[in-house]
Amino acid sequence: MVAVVPTSAAAQPASVMAQRRGRTGYLLLFPGMAWLAVFFAIPFVTLFLTSLQKPIPGKPGKYTSGLQFSNYADALVEYWPQFLRSFVYAGIATLLALVIAYPLAYFIAFRAGRWRGLMLVLVIAPSFASFLLRTYAWKTILADEGVITSTLNSLHLLPDGRILNTGIAVVAGLTYNFLPFMILPLYAALERVDPRLIEAAGDLYASPQTAFRKVTWPLSMPGVVAGTLLTFIPAAGDYINAELLGSTKDRMIGNVIQTNFIEFRDYPTASALSIVLMAAILVLVFTYIRRAGTEDLV
Amino acid sequence: MSSKRPEAVAAIAGAMKSSVSRRRILQAAGLGGVAMVAAACGASGADDAEATGSPSAASAEDMSDTDKMLNWSNWPLYIDIDDESGTRPSLEEFQKQSGVTVTYTEDVNDNNEFYAKVRTQLEQGQDIGRDLVVLTDWMAALWLQNGFAQKLDKSLIPNSANLLPAWQGVSFDPNRDYTLPWQSGFGALGWNKAALQEAIGTDTMSSLDQLFNPALSGRVTVLSEMRDTMGILIAYQGNDPSNFTDDQFSQAIELLTQQVDSGQIRQVTGNDYAGALESGDVIAVIGWSGDMIQLGEDFGVALPETGGTLWTDNMLVPALAQHKKNAELVMNYYYDPAVAAEVAAYVQYISPVAGAKEAMAAIDPALVDNQWIFPNEETLSNSYVFMTLTPEQQDQYERSFQKAIGN
Repeated sequence: MVAVVPTSAAAQPASVMAQRRGRTGYLLLFPGMAWLAVFFAIPFVTLFLTSLQKPIPGKPGKYTSGLQFSNYADALVEYWPQFLRSFVYAGIATLLALVIAYPLAYFIAFRAGRWRGLMLVLVIAPSFASFLLRTYAWKTILADEGVITSTLNSLHLLPDGRILNTGIAVVAGLTYNFLPFMILPLYAALERVDPRLIEAAGDLYASPQTAFRKVTWPLSMPGVVAGTLLTFIPAAGDYINAELLGSTKDRMIGNVIQTNFIEFRDYPTASALSIVLMAAILVLVFTYIRRAGTEDLV
Repeated sequence: MSSKRPEAVAAIAGAMKSSVSRRRILQAAGLGGVAMVAAACGASGADDAEATGSPSAASAEDMSDTDKMLNWSNWPLYIDIDDESGTRPSLEEFQKQSGVTVTYTEDVNDNNEFYAKVRTQLEQGQDIGRDLVVLTDWMAALWLQNGFAQKLDKSLIPNSANLLPAWQGVSFDPNRDYTLPWQSGFGALGWNKAALQEAIGTDTMSSLDQLFNPALSGRVTVLSEMRDTMGILIAYQGNDPSNFTDDQFSQAIELLTQQVDSGQIRQVTGNDYAGALESGDVIAVIGWSGDMIQLGEDFGVALPETGGTLWTDNMLVPALAQHKKNAELVMNYYYDPAVAAEVAAYVQYISPVAGAKEAMAAIDPALVDNQWIFPNEETLSNSYVFMTLTPEQQDQYERSFQKAIGN
């Protein structure tokens, strides 16, 4: 294209053009990279250094730079139950969200017709209210004297006789709060599936179930992977749901990090916990993406 | 402490009719900021902290005379407000009298959270942009230990002579050289009368035995403020919350752990319990006097027979504040009995000012004998000020408390 357009720019040797184009690329990258450097790389490095600080003897709550790797071991020994609980709760919430979101996204993508836009707005609409308020609303929904709890109680389905301030409430809150992050990627993936492919599967004597299994589901995998990641990662680090809907027995790792930062002012332990959480999520995510076989999609 | 005042909360929770823990909200909002500050500074405040520890706070050149202003940070809804105009009558009056423009900010929502916000600046010897802050006893003590508070010029605060004896001679500031109390309140038992009647056949509470009655299993909460919950438990076990040993503290932690593990204690909260009491999810609590009174007639409040806790929030001038003299003027103004009564009538907390009780007769005679605003000797003798902790004890106790409550 450069060669056929007789402008003055085109008169320059192609190598200069290529170089210039390269430079433009870097220039365009600059804001993003600078943002990452200032708001991710530098804080991450300082977070890491903080996690290695050692206490000053005789001055509780004061720390000095050091290479105290035992902070990590101590944090894990002390708080492994909360770590485990975070991943279990986030895992269950992600699974529930997938089960709820898939049919909904499928319906919006294939069956909603002219209501599609409205339904998408309805999916996002709750996010207009504050995350915190929505979680508070669940306290009312799940209240002991509320409809849900009384109904389940009359069926003797609740071991504790209540939902609020139990693990069930925390998982329900997580599922609800992160559901839109599951629905939207699923919808985006399903919307791109050509319905004619499903028809073709039918023409080739595939039952609807087989067509779903062989055509729709594999084609929606990018949405499934993106949705589960977008749900699982924030859910694992969340502490509002456990704080408001859980009891003392449902604390997650976010609660513990918060307690260390604010109540104990133990920045090293809080930093070590944050880094372990990041690392653990990274490992889980990589394993998951490998398994799902969609490296190129994420 | 703000977590004790439910109105702000109601404002936030709005139509949901549920009280929100301001403390937690602020922490939710503030944690990002805290983490950011910690990260951005590499928590270097910690390194520099070695230099601090001297009790003499740096003072800046006082601009009070040329710069007629004052930056005051207080807890939300802790001063009289005209419900119609939204102005603060007593503060308006002060501005008119003194010509000082007061920027009054309700940004102290939790002791730890507020400290986390300004700690780095204080430790690095920078002005925190506030001339007057209000902190609870133990946090005020921490500021004094670290030299973050300036010595007051009492000649500018003649009304400080009105400080009632009960508030004089506190261990962290024996002569009240650095601090003056703003208001006080009680840690006490609170309950939903109707629900309690249904559960255990009475609508009054006087003992923690009732709180630990198995009939209330899963319908009880206690405060996440360590001093209030532990103080009441220590007193319940027959020990003195103002003077106890490590063993006695551990003993109380054991009791707490046992009640948490058995499921008797449903949750440990800031002032969330107010909403839970209203909805009936929770029947009885260890809560704060002001909250309970504001909940109204259907709810009861009492100091346990074995004793409740008494806390005080204190005014102090941070190191390097630029308008110290103006801060002292406002302190003097609020120690005028008539003004103190005006504030107490609105906030319904205990006034530490002598003469406020007499002045109250002119404002609202019904409040003169209110034990929650003007407690008599008997009430006061049944409440304990929590022991002043060394930094080591603070760290150790807070950790074992948080561990007991699942953190």
